[in-house]
Amino acid sequence: MFTTRKQYEPYTSPFDPCPPIRVKTYVTAPNLYVGFQPPNLPQFPLREALMKGTLWQVFYDPYYSPYETKTKGDGS
Amino acid sequence: MWIYEKKLQYPVRVSTCNPRLAKYLIEQYGGADGELAAALRYLNQRYTLPPKVIGLLNDIGTEELAHLEMIATMVYKLTKDATPEQLKEAGLEPHYIDHERALFYHNAAGVPFTATYIQAKGDPITDLYEDIAAEEKARATYQWIINMSDDPDLNDGLRFLREREIIHAQRFREAVEILKEERNHKKVF
Ligand SMILES: [Fe+2]
Repeated sequence: MFTTRKQYEPYTSPFDPCPPIRVKTYVTAPNLYVGFQPPNLPQFPLREALMKGTLWQVFYDPYYSPYETKTKGDGS
Repeated sequence: MWIYEKKLQYPVRVSTCNPRLAKYLIEQYGGADGELAAALRYLNQRYTLPPKVIGLLNDIGTEELAHLEMIATMVYKLTKDATPEQLKEAGLEPHYIDHERALFYHNAAGVPFTATYIQAKGDPITDLYEDIAAEEKARATYQWIINMSDDPDLNDGLRFLREREIIHAQRFREAVEILKEERNHKKVF
């Protein structure tokens, strides 16, 4: 399944001073994939678009902290 | 010329009294990839770009000023009622000594804003690539601030600002595509 969150596993040593972070993630935002925006893409309702920061569903890609607990903090 | 609307682009709410967050947010105020740098960069570059993309820089540069105002509001709310003791705890005492509770254009480490953060090369592709990079850097900075912040209302505003950076980067990428197009070759949808 497509996701704008990518992962990799950095090298960890048996002698790392801190507990190693085994999986690192980074963002590949939707603007990397669309190219010149094609016509007639699906839109959000206007009021919703104002709050989301975009009219276009394809570009909506909210970021939550992996440490944020109150909302849906899963970093995705 | 500009017309000013006496409201913010997106409502700014801050729910916890945590002046330390102001220390992080000031990065987006007077830092290298902050909103001031963005606004000044685009509003300056626009004069010497091909006419087809001038309007885009005009619009985005203007919106960055609205973002600057949101960041300023966040910083102000987080510091206006903080005691010197709280500011000290947040590591803001050097700021307090120089500026009391006034805002100032410097980054999270206290380095004052400088025009060397931005460039105008006069070469359209060069300038637009800088703009794309600037938007991605601002997006990343918002992610790191969101990671450090535990204020859900503040993060809501930061998520909005980050989403706008995605859109700006998209539009700058499209501007590059427009300039790459061959003359007399009309794009058919
Ligand atoms: Fe931007």
